[in-house]
Amino acid sequence: MQVPQISVFLENKTGRMADVTEILAQNDINIIALSVADTSEFGILRLIVNKPEEAYKMLKAAGFTAMTNFVIAVEVADEPGGLAKILRLLSDAVLNVEYMYAFVEPSTGRAALIFRFEKETEAVRTLQAGGIAILQKIDVFKD
Amino acid sequence: MAIWDPEYECMPRDEIRRLQSRRLVDVVGRVYENVPFYRQRFDEAGLKPSDITSVDDLEKIPFTTKDDFRNQYPFGLFAVPRRDVVRIHCSSGTTGKPTVVGYTKKDLETWSDLVARFLTAASVTADDTVQIAFGYGLFTGGFGLHYGVEKIGATIVPASSGFTERQLHLMADFGVTVLVCTPSYALYLGETAVALGLSDRLKLRVGCFGAEPWTDQMRDSIEERLGIRATDNYGLSEVIGPGVAGECLERNGHHIFEDHFIPEIVDPETGESLPEGELGELVVTTLTKEALPVLRYRTRDLTALHTGKCSCGRTQARIERLHGRSDDMLIIRGVNVFPSQIESALLEVEGTQPHYRILVDRERGQDTLTVEVEVGAGIFRDEMKAMVALENTLKEKLTNTLGLTPRLRLVEPKSIERSTGKAVRVIDNRKD
Repeated sequence: MQVPQISVFLENKTGRMADVTEILAQNDINIIALSVADTSEFGILRLIVNKPEEAYKMLKAAGFTAMTNFVIAVEVADEPGGLAKILRLLSDAVLNVEYMYAFVEPSTGRAALIFRFEKETEAVRTLQAGGIAILQKIDVFKD
Repeated sequence: MAIWDPEYECMPRDEIRRLQSRRLVDVVGRVYENVPFYRQRFDEAGLKPSDITSVDDLEKIPFTTKDDFRNQYPFGLFAVPRRDVVRIHCSSGTTGKPTVVGYTKKDLETWSDLVARFLTAASVTADDTVQIAFGYGLFTGGFGLHYGVEKIGATIVPASSGFTERQLHLMADFGVTVLVCTPSYALYLGETAVALGLSDRLKLRVGCFGAEPWTDQMRDSIEERLGIRATDNYGLSEVIGPGVAGECLERNGHHIFEDHFIPEIVDPETGESLPEGELGELVVTTLTKEALPVLRYRTRDLTALHTGKCSCGRTQARIERLHGRSDDMLIIRGVNVFPSQIESALLEVEGTQPHYRILVDRERGQDTLTVEVEVGAGIFRDEMKAMVALENTLKEKLTNTLGLTPRLRLVEPKSIERSTGKAVRVIDNRKD
């Protein structure tokens, strides 16, 4: 129920995002979801890709500072209030979201969210108790 | 022009030399007796205090360095019982530990007297109002100047450093005539005065600047902007603080107060003495200090020495305005910074690698220090909160170690050039 995510440290410099995505392209790696958090000086690029191990290896070899960790993917009803319901559940349980980003689950075409929680186990339990589906896997990883 | 202490400042040179010899014999005896460090140095060199009978024997004495101060931290070089030490000051060491200096009551008297000498040489009198914009604290600049100005009997405005706009209002409202600060801050004050439209209200006539090397171009722009005569003075805390040497209005170099200090110029590589007029490293021996006498201290400041007569009437030798440093010390806003300090502060943070770069710039007359740190796997996190916390921790460590707040920039690995030899870690972009 955890999805591997690659994070990459980037300076806010022209062309760095292009460099990362080119490396992935050259190695036939597909990006499923991404988000960038940045300050005026640097950014953290977070990626969900179809071949995470390979992506990590390639980025590292290219000299990037990268790391892999696991995040939670949650399916969200594609209708008004879908996300609000999830966030209310978490807020009622006083659970903080470190960061989140949305994507479309490739196999089903349905809306999904990546979550990074401060207290992951509790957050997962709360969501499940609230009837929210935690994605067991994202289909692209199946190969 | 007035001379504060003509008896000594205008003493015939052969008399100065005799006085120095007498005082040298005395200080050698005192340190050998009271400072285990010097006794060991002498013993190791097979040197007895009785081997030193005059200034001609000076070269036999081993050098003292900033590292010796570090190794004797905090009070190992003091030559008097602790109860006789009435003041402590510090400056930056080459690593995390500061260099500690101490003063007896008599040392403080001597110090303020020497400051009074260079202030008088710069034409400051009891009729002046002097604003001191040096930091008051461990740094020798603030208190050093303060008691010297007091000795002269001028009115002091102890503004300390910072709050530029307030500094200018005080100067305008109080009719301040003399400004004491670093030359780069003087330049900035001048610019700000123009920007605030306060220039016409200033009554400044003289500036006594120090703690930082500067150039003639910078002097010209300070004089133009503030409408003053800008003078330079020289000192370093290991020797006494400001008051080692100071310019007279002839601007022939800085008279070094030879009745209290013996200056030498040596080759920074070999330590060999260099003839008069040649550029080399200044080495200073203190003759009268009680709490912390130093023998042949390697200042790392590059200059040349001249003994020819100065038309101001003073007979004491002059050192040229500083030409730079023989080590990698940076002077930023008057604060001494060693790259090694920055490195040890960074390495205190777990996971940090010693890949960093130091950028020094001068923006609108003020020095800025930027430290770039490479982000390797050891310190990288996927959460922005953690990265910002890292940035703050590094900045705090640096601020605590250096005594000034740098800008910190996290950069990608390998973005800082690697070299096979000595890494180029410092880029000093300061121009005037």
